[in-house]
Amino acid sequence: MARILSLAEAVKSAVHDGDTVAMEGFTHLIPHAAGHEIIRQGRKHLTLIRMTPDLIYDQLIGMGCVDKLVFSWGGNPGVGSLHRFRDAVENGWPHKLGIEEHSHAAMANAYEAGAAGLPCAIFRGYIGTDLPKVNPNIKRVKCPFTGEELAAIPAHRPDVAIIHAQRADKAGNIMLEGVLGVQKEAVLAAKRSIVTVEEIVDDFGPRSLNAVILPSWTIGYVAEVPGGAFPSYAQGYYPRNNAFYKEWDNIARERDSFLAWMKTNVLEKSPGAFAAHARKMRTAAE
Amino acid sequence: MADYKPNEMMTIAAARALKNEDVCFVGIGMPSAAANLARLSHAPGVTLIYESGTLATKPTVLPLSIGDGELCETALTTVSVPEMFRYWLQGGRISIGFLGGAQIDKFANLNTTVVGPYDKPKVRLPGGGGAPEIAISCGEIFIIMAQGKRSFVDKLDFVTSVGHAQGGDSRAKLGLKTKGPTRLITDLAMFEPDPETKEMTVVSIHPGVTREQIQENTGWKVRYAAKVAETPPPTARELEVLRDLHARTARVQGEAA
Repeated sequence: MARILSLAEAVKSAVHDGDTVAMEGFTHLIPHAAGHEIIRQGRKHLTLIRMTPDLIYDQLIGMGCVDKLVFSWGGNPGVGSLHRFRDAVENGWPHKLGIEEHSHAAMANAYEAGAAGLPCAIFRGYIGTDLPKVNPNIKRVKCPFTGEELAAIPAHRPDVAIIHAQRADKAGNIMLEGVLGVQKEAVLAAKRSIVTVEEIVDDFGPRSLNAVILPSWTIGYVAEVPGGAFPSYAQGYYPRNNAFYKEWDNIARERDSFLAWMKTNVLEKSPGAFAAHARKMRTAAE
Repeated sequence: MADYKPNEMMTIAAARALKNEDVCFVGIGMPSAAANLARLSHAPGVTLIYESGTLATKPTVLPLSIGDGELCETALTTVSVPEMFRYWLQGGRISIGFLGGAQIDKFANLNTTVVGPYDKPKVRLPGGGGAPEIAISCGEIFIIMAQGKRSFVDKLDFVTSVGHAQGGDSRAKLGLKTKGPTRLITDLAMFEPDPETKEMTVVSIHPGVTREQIQENTGWKVRYAAKVAETPPPTARELEVLRDLHARTARVQGEAA
């Protein structure tokens, strides 16, 4: 059963130095508050997995928490580069970053295989691309029925998955909606999990019969952190802060401005700071 | 002569390539602008799909990211990302993939991974994202890219997604049954693959552009089809819809248009 804890306690319990951690979110519901807490608690030597490493992974890399990144697209969406990621890959600052590079299809399949308890993912992909030349984890297998050559990569089995969702109930069941990304798969593939939520409610109330629910018994820890996905968004609560994504380009471009921003906005803050970004949008239907 | 920018000509020419009945997997940036211009002008029924899982989305403004709330709210439905890549893309349900890139070669192979050696890159680019499998699983591929010597190169530093491979029948020999890149739309011209060699060949030149200009902005010797057309200039209506779309987008993103 999920334990409802403070974010600081949840990170302390679930995330250890050297862990493989997947903090997922496909543009939507990105667990920024949890990332900041990991930085504040000074975790080191992490292997991070993520389809679309964005600002929060840029911050973890720039603060020296990360030894290796497993990913498929590392940029600031619609804006350009992740400067801390680039500085680590191109110049080894603050230290050398190992990379294992995939495509989105491969990553999504690897999470699904992990959730399904399989050792590997098999799919039609990686044809004519140079990626298999630089990633020894990309192999080919032959379909035993048709003879078709398919791509195979190891399943993702992270030590910890961390996601943000709209709501939990008092029993620790999780409900999320909107762009779902690979969050369900990441949680089910992981040994441990933390879910931060906009709010903890008594009961989810009326909902679609097919609402996306992660039952309490599949979750490790739940922490209520309103606004915890900012500057990404939480459908039904607050929109994506596109202006901040553009501003990050300037903040992260130079090491000094990055470190100054992290000191003021992360190291000297607590998860409660995210509440300033929280709100709940009412739709016409409600 | 109408007053328009080369980028507008490029977006409008790319939009014209989409038809009402197409199901299009849309990349962010220029492909997204072109695809939505098509939807808002001559192809209102075109089905636009973004890799965040949004099926048949109809955004009123251009998304900054591939998964903006606007895309989800205006979609017919939103599926998970594994479902997107497995059932919809790999399942062969998408007729056109619309891509951009950092570097392209004459066989329309694309690089969005690194400039320079992989292990010691001069520029680390974001990477492939969905492109490696979009390139092989969509019925055909349209590419939109502004031309320049650094982006239209003789040899790619890295092949992220395959086009016509080394030309000729080399793409088919990889086991691929999809067509690959059938159109390349730039700010200067439109290219299509030569039926035999599969080299991207100029079939239409935008108004006012010269062959010298095209060559100066291409890192290989440009070939021309036997009959080269002049791209019809943007109509007043096309320009109006495109500029309205950009202005709405800028207002929503809190910027001056």
